[in-house]
Amino acid sequence: MTEHVIEVTGLRRRYGGGGSAAGAKKKGTGIAGAALGRKRGGDDGKGFEAVRGLDFSVRRGEVFALLGTNGAGKTSTVEVLEGLAAPTAGTVSVLGMDPLTDRAAVRPRIGIMLQEGGFPSDLTVTETARMWSGCVSEPRPIQEALEMVDMEDRASTRVKMLSGGERRRLDLAMALLGYPEVLFLDEPTTGLDPEARQQTWALIRRLRDSGTSIMLTTHYLDEAEKLADRLAIMHEGRIVHAGTPAEVTAQQPSRITFRLPAGVAPAHLPVTLRAAEYVDRIEIRTQNLQDDLAELLLWARQNGVALDQLNARTASLEEAFLDIARQQPQYEGAL
Amino acid sequence: MSATTQQPSTDRPNTTPPATGTPAAKRRMPDRTTLRRLGALSRAELTLLVRNRSALFGALLMPLLMVGFLLTLGDTLGLGDGNLSVAAVIGTSAIGMVLLMAVYSTLIPAYVGRREERVLKRLRTGEATDAEILTGTAVPAVLLALIQCAVLIGVGSAHPSLSAPVRPDLLVVGVVLGMLMMVLMAIVTSAFTRTVESAQITALPLFLIAMMTSGMITQLDTLPDAMADIFRIMPFTPVMDLVRAGWLDAGGGDVTRALLLAIAWTALAGYAVRRWFRWDPRQ
Ligand SMILES: Nc1ncnc2c1ncn2[C@@H]1O[C@H](COP(=O)(O)OP(=O)(O)O)[C@@H](O)[C@H]1O
Ligand SMILES: [Mg+2]
Repeated sequence: MTEHVIEVTGLRRRYGGGGSAAGAKKKGTGIAGAALGRKRGGDDGKGFEAVRGLDFSVRRGEVFALLGTNGAGKTSTVEVLEGLAAPTAGTVSVLGMDPLTDRAAVRPRIGIMLQEGGFPSDLTVTETARMWSGCVSEPRPIQEALEMVDMEDRASTRVKMLSGGERRRLDLAMALLGYPEVLFLDEPTTGLDPEARQQTWALIRRLRDSGTSIMLTTHYLDEAEKLADRLAIMHEGRIVHAGTPAEVTAQQPSRITFRLPAGVAPAHLPVTLRAAEYVDRIEIRTQNLQDDLAELLLWARQNGVALDQLNARTASLEEAFLDIARQQPQYEGAL
Repeated sequence: MSATTQQPSTDRPNTTPPATGTPAAKRRMPDRTTLRRLGALSRAELTLLVRNRSALFGALLMPLLMVGFLLTLGDTLGLGDGNLSVAAVIGTSAIGMVLLMAVYSTLIPAYVGRREERVLKRLRTGEATDAEILTGTAVPAVLLALIQCAVLIGVGSAHPSLSAPVRPDLLVVGVVLGMLMMVLMAIVTSAFTRTVESAQITALPLFLIAMMTSGMITQLDTLPDAMADIFRIMPFTPVMDLVRAGWLDAGGGDVTRALLLAIAWTALAGYAVRRWFRWDPRQ
């Protein structure tokens, strides 16, 4: 049996407009937000629903990535898991407990790195770590935590003198001070230079190998692809694809694109190919690239049609992600 | 399930059993943990206070300067016009000054600064409770203020026209309630303050009201009755009434009434904190 350290069912989170979210506004009427309809653009006085019904779980010992473009709702989601905000609807459990009401029992066992956290700029790195360590039940030695993120040589530097990437690593070190069983990392490598990024990835792998369960968010596809045992691609508050990187890739269609010469209408294409016409190209999405490509080429030869800029691509995670990133605001309120 | 599979991380020293299972049972006494966390938070805050010249100035020097100001101008201000001596008014007012400057005015920028630097937000992800985080920020200023109060009372008691506190119990109650009220008011005021710099302005309304209505500059019994009655129910006046009653056994008014009023204002400030305080930056 697989043990789940995080379980999420039907999670919704709405900003403003009443409901039980922590940020609920005073003008809210107290009507629960879930049933209210919503216009395009989001903010019409009823608030904005950033998370729209999520179901997923994270297994013990795995790296789970929530991948999505900016504004997808990743931070809004992890804040609920971290016990920083209440869900508007749905339930979350972390280590079998409610992260909000069982905060005192959950917190000693988890580590959190916010997307935007901060430390007092006039404290040194060591003073910051000492402060944080004093708030942790069973802290790791400060020296060790700093070494894990390669910051031991910055120990006596003031926080305000650190680079953005160094602050990020200090933040990560603080999240690691309590030997967390479950680690939440909200965009851990954003702002890091390529080398620091590689080091952080290596550290995340080491933590995973030593048994830490890690939930991270990222808008970097390669980060999710390289680190995650399983991932979910999030878009406009919903999970649009989920599974192992291989599974998600397998769900994607392959693509054939080309241009038809003037005078050849797309309607002449074999109907079985289910081609779609775009401004600059014809596109065929297929789960069966080889057969469909053969059919297309045969048709082209028989009809003497030259396929300009012919391109056939097998499915990839990148395709899936770019596809989502490309289609900006769409299907509001659908589904 | 074996214990080893639950070991959070292999590099954890194997001195304690894994926390899984019965976390409640293995947690240490909550009050000791609270003290430890408060200690760590206040130590950091003290370091910040010492490194911040303007904050330190406000917390230590300003109250003294204000006392000096009252001392030199006391007679021209008409401090001794009521039934109290100039020394009595200045001694008790100095305590009020410490509460307003070393606690209230010092803490507003501290809370705003921590909030805007996202320190409060970050701390809230840890094990410390909300109350511990807010208290931790206040501890150094409160301790400095207590020391200043002790010095003032010591020096004042040695003054020829003053005595040692007549009712030390009332004096302590007044100072403690005053501290608590000022800390809570500072937290509320911080919610309406965007930047550390603007804290100098947002501190003014309460500061001026307190100065004018609490008998620190003008003794209430020299005022028209209607005015004095209004002044007596203002937030800081009951605190000063308790301080005067404790030190001088004077100050007019009814001690029970002052005590209840001070508690009511403190409770109101506590409610306002719950209602308006925000952890996230305003900018
Ligand atoms: N405090 C807030 N009030 C209103 N809307 C918010 C708030 N925080 C985030 N949002 C909105 O919710 C959506 C999701 O934001 P967020 O969870 O931060 O996304 P991500 O972390 O994936 O970039 C965005 O459209 C954002 O503008
Ligand atoms: Mg985010």
